[in-house]
Amino acid sequence: MTPATPVLSVRDLTVDALTPDGARRILDGVSFDVMAGETLCLAGESGSGKSVTSLAIMRLLPRASLRIVSGDILLGGRSLTALSEREMRQVRGGEAAMIFQEPMTSLNPVITIGDQLIEAIRTHQQSDERAARARALAMLDAVRITDPARRLAQYPHEISGGMRQRVMIGMALSCQPGVLIADEPTTALDVTVQAQILTLMRELKAEFGTAILLITHDMGVVAEMADRVAVMQAGRVVEVGPVTEIFERPEAPYTRELIAAVPLLGAHAGTDGPPRVTAPAMARDEVAVAAAPPVLVAEGLRVAYGARAGWFGGARAGTPVVHGISFSVPAGQTLGLVGESGSGKSTTGKAVLGLVPFSGSVTIDGQPLTDRGVRAMRPVRRLAQMIFQDPYASLDPRMTVGAAVAEPMLIHGLGTAGDRLDRVADLLRRVGLTPEAASRYPHEFSGGQRQRICIARALALKPKLIVADESVAALDVSVRAKVLDLMLELQETEGLAYLFISHDMAVIERMCHQVAVMRGGHIVEAGSRRAVFESPQHQDTRDLIAAVPLARPVRRG
Amino acid sequence: MLQLVIRRLLGAMLILLGVAAITFLLLFMLPADPAVQLAGRSATAQTVANIRHELGLDRPLIYQFLSYLGHLATGDLGRSYTQKTGVTTLIMARLPATLVLMAAGIVIEVTLGLVLGIVAAINRGGMIDRGVMMLSFVGVSAPQFVVALFLLYVFAATLGWFPMSGFGSLGHVVLPATTLGVLGAGWYARMVRSAMIDVLNQDYVRTARAKGVSEVRVILRHAVPNALLPIIAMIGIDIGQFMSGVVVVEAVYGWPGIGQLAWQAIQQVDIPIIMGVTLISALAIVAGNLVADLAAPFIDPRIRAR
Repeated sequence: MTPATPVLSVRDLTVDALTPDGARRILDGVSFDVMAGETLCLAGESGSGKSVTSLAIMRLLPRASLRIVSGDILLGGRSLTALSEREMRQVRGGEAAMIFQEPMTSLNPVITIGDQLIEAIRTHQQSDERAARARALAMLDAVRITDPARRLAQYPHEISGGMRQRVMIGMALSCQPGVLIADEPTTALDVTVQAQILTLMRELKAEFGTAILLITHDMGVVAEMADRVAVMQAGRVVEVGPVTEIFERPEAPYTRELIAAVPLLGAHAGTDGPPRVTAPAMARDEVAVAAAPPVLVAEGLRVAYGARAGWFGGARAGTPVVHGISFSVPAGQTLGLVGESGSGKSTTGKAVLGLVPFSGSVTIDGQPLTDRGVRAMRPVRRLAQMIFQDPYASLDPRMTVGAAVAEPMLIHGLGTAGDRLDRVADLLRRVGLTPEAASRYPHEFSGGQRQRICIARALALKPKLIVADESVAALDVSVRAKVLDLMLELQETEGLAYLFISHDMAVIERMCHQVAVMRGGHIVEAGSRRAVFESPQHQDTRDLIAAVPLARPVRRG
Repeated sequence: MLQLVIRRLLGAMLILLGVAAITFLLLFMLPADPAVQLAGRSATAQTVANIRHELGLDRPLIYQFLSYLGHLATGDLGRSYTQKTGVTTLIMARLPATLVLMAAGIVIEVTLGLVLGIVAAINRGGMIDRGVMMLSFVGVSAPQFVVALFLLYVFAATLGWFPMSGFGSLGHVVLPATTLGVLGAGWYARMVRSAMIDVLNQDYVRTARAKGVSEVRVILRHAVPNALLPIIAMIGIDIGQFMSGVVVVEAVYGWPGIGQLAWQAIQQVDIPIIMGVTLISALAIVAGNLVADLAAPFIDPRIRAR
């Protein structure tokens, strides 16, 4: 057997960002090879330079802000840096194709799926409209899209995120490129959909013989997909090797950190509660905890969207999203609400805080939450706070951190200005930031730090319940672990109860005492964590558990 | 779709009723008395009173208003005080000229705005961008009569390319329509530019480039249609701006449209004509918005689904 030849070879790639203060190095001598037919995973956290590398290969870096300083990119032995723009266009989509993280926004909303596929095909192949349409149909079929003929005439908004990513993959493979560059292709997708897309990519790699450069921050995905791994940190490749080597004998300390940060499903098997993160002396009596009175009780909770009283057409009933579900969260414990997008879990979280109109009854710490107007709801609102998914969007960029954390106290008229300052400093310390952070603005903080600020803000009113809606989903894995630890610690010290909403079974397992699995607005399975994870009764629960990527490479067919 | 049209037509009737009521009140609160105006300087008090009675101005305001509405329902906008003719007839005779002027104005405004905005967005931050932005700033801030005089001086008086004023040939339309369009073109250039910059940063534009699509096609096929979506809605709202511009432009260029009719009527306190032109303008604005709303689904498939 002849030694494998690289289809794509990146040599000493160095990229600078052009900032008003001069050039800043983003990539520093990055080198790696992608062999024919293999999957190379480029792993690392956000900001490590993975995406810049992929865009540099395609020569799609924004000209005004990023520039290749030195190094070379060889595709099939040909240097891409020397090509003219016209020659480069033939490479893009023809010899090397790319798919992106956001399937929701990566397709043009005003052009049909068929036309977008046909455009890709006709850009690179001499074929008439009919032949191209036939090829587009064949590609949709190849990416296992049902009823492909109908899909051709549809627009992107008419199909789901998972299906859009399938379309993107079909479009990328339509001209049979030697390399497929996939930049976080499943990060924005539900876990079960992620599993399907990863399987599809593995199958297509074999079918089309395409090499894959897969960029991801998730070591679980790496373990599942990679033949070889290149680990990136701060613009450098710190370690390259076969996937089993990387996982079993990681050399760089950073690689070990990345692997350790992945929550392992089943790591907490045989226990009822989340792991203690504070000193064991503080551990409470398990039985007493289980018998704690509920802080949140929801009975027959129903929510419908789009309901309204009409002017001319009469009232509309709206689309029911949550169909009369009942659950309770005991004081100081965590109920995990798990399910896919569209299962109604986020709506449930909003309803129990009175943020969307609902019917049925919700009681927080014995007080009923009803639609009695903002003023009447205020005392109940104090008892329950929310932490949102996107720490970037949930802080006002024009408000200092101190003002943001103090605002809930201001709204509820608590304490004097001096008291509030002290409390803000105390809260910031408690979430692991320094009190000096109060005078700074959100953009000066990282995603993880911002989520800590959001937690401090939620704690400002000393609530008994916090609704955490996908609160760590937008964070990198290693940061995610630290924020989860903080939340567990605060649960013990502050006696908080959480309604923890997530699509990720590994995170749910780590955080929760009780678990409720939702689908289509119903709770399909509920019980103690041990019962749900160790003997799942419902097929959806089993699917969700099976979809979590294992953070260790397995033998694959 | 049909439901939307019916709902909008009902809404339009309410709007017209409101406009009629407000204009009516405003006009009767004017210190100028049409009867005095008609009678002339040397008229006696008795003559003025006679004229007032003849025009029905001595009856209670509410009676006058209801009687006006009654006639309006049959399409009768009343009789002009000064010209002794039906206002409906007067407006209908003038309307075609105004419509021609407005159509030409809109074409100039949108074309100029689109081209300049797209060119500026593509060359963002460069000399062309800065030049276009400066030009659009001038267009937005220059008063219409100044633009009119400038165009007249350069293209009619000095170069002699176009006639000074009047109506009849294609050449007559160019200067008034340009005057009317320049202000809007400045706005559109700015809006199109920012919409294009936004769209050019979208993921689907990156996807198109990653497919190997040529830059011209990326801009014309992928970016421009998306950037147009917010602009379409603006054109509907814009009709209102246009109507006020029409009065000035028609006066300067001696264009025989309803703007000039209104201008003369205001000077003579010919209330029925002012009312009639105001109502026609309100109708035009409502119609413009309706057309924009009906056009939106054809461009944006996401609206079609709803």
